[in-house]
Amino acid sequence: MDKRAMIGKRIALELKDGDYVNLGIGLPTEVANHIPDGVHVIFQSENGMLGVGPVPEAGKEDKDLSNAGGGYITELPGASYFDSAMSFAIIRGGHIDITVLGALQADEKGNLANWMIPGKLIPGMGGAMDLVTGAKKVIVATEHCDKFGNSKILKQCTLPLTAQGKVSLIVTDMAVMEVTDKGLLLKEIASDLTVEEVVKATEAALIIPDNVGTF
Amino acid sequence: MPKIITAQEAVSMIKSHDRLLIGGFLAVGAPEMLIDALVAQNTKDLHMVVIASDWETKGVGKLVVNRQIKSAQVSHMGTNKAIQAQMNAGEIEIELVPQGTLMERVRASGAGLGGILTPTGLGTVVQDGKDLIDIDGKQHILEKAIEGDFALVHAWKADKMGNLIYRKTARNSNPIMAMAGKTTIVEVDEIVELGELDPEAIVTPGVFVNYLVKTGA
Repeated sequence: MDKRAMIGKRIALELKDGDYVNLGIGLPTEVANHIPDGVHVIFQSENGMLGVGPVPEAGKEDKDLSNAGGGYITELPGASYFDSAMSFAIIRGGHIDITVLGALQADEKGNLANWMIPGKLIPGMGGAMDLVTGAKKVIVATEHCDKFGNSKILKQCTLPLTAQGKVSLIVTDMAVMEVTDKGLLLKEIASDLTVEEVVKATEAALIIPDNVGTF
Repeated sequence: MPKIITAQEAVSMIKSHDRLLIGGFLAVGAPEMLIDALVAQNTKDLHMVVIASDWETKGVGKLVVNRQIKSAQVSHMGTNKAIQAQMNAGEIEIELVPQGTLMERVRASGAGLGGILTPTGLGTVVQDGKDLIDIDGKQHILEKAIEGDFALVHAWKADKMGNLIYRKTARNSNPIMAMAGKTTIVEVDEIVELGELDPEAIVTPGVFVNYLVKTGA
């Protein structure tokens, strides 16, 4: 299984029946492909919709029906449309159970940086700051290391933050880490890795419990 | 009652240095005909307030490519290289605003409020230079209302009172922008007689609407 599918599949196990869920663009959308049987969740799209359905068949696209990344989607029975202020009232007001967002960096304190690299890349925060601030549970979906092999899971983020101390779970292709008061708790590792390999690839300090699961 | 005018007549009211609130999200629900007329008119030094700077060939991105925008308040620019290049060259002044905050700041001006208090942006560069206000032990950032000279929006149907309904996710920021323009110009796909829209289903009451422009006209 490729890294992205592996991350998406593991995060999907965090979803409970009836959850309202917002997936960020990019890697987080992978989660939607792995919802366990018997679990029904309602997806929000921050451009103003609850009840997002799958990508339409070719030729059935509707120019007025897209997700927050601009991709075509469909509506499921029970869907609703609303304006952007209502959409962010839902987000900021704590009515979204889980949001899954990508990361440039995440750290031991539950900080997340995912919206700019000063002097290089400044796409803007879009809805990410509101999502991280308001969602009941914030899960970060990211590859463990960047393309140069450097850890993206740090003692302290060095890039401008998206929000402070709001992340509760970090899922990478190597590990599942929970943000606790004492630091990052290593809950699970990829089944083909050892704890030592994960520790070595991680800049942040990891709390290693007696039993570390695999995924 | 709003006046029904052409896109050219509509944009002829817009002058250099005007502040424009423009609806749409990555060009979905953007008032493309008004934007095209404004590009043709070539008015410069405009300020725009938009969720995203859209694409270089779609939505407000066309105004950026034609170098008509001097400054912008925007939440996302990732799909438009031109705006990032102009920003890096110091040709356009950008204030990046979290999307939910942007919407509430615009809504506030339309609703007669001076601003809003939000936790979004706490502990980030967004709070720099702003007042922090404690409400019952919780910190908030004071974010000021954003006003506009013109709101340019797109709706699906209008009746002759200017009551508006929108279609699917093309609604997005349009109802918010429509509230806050000193003059609100609505590009609309269909104009119907009074009584044809269900009063229970109106999203934007006609009181906010000054002009209607019919698409394809």
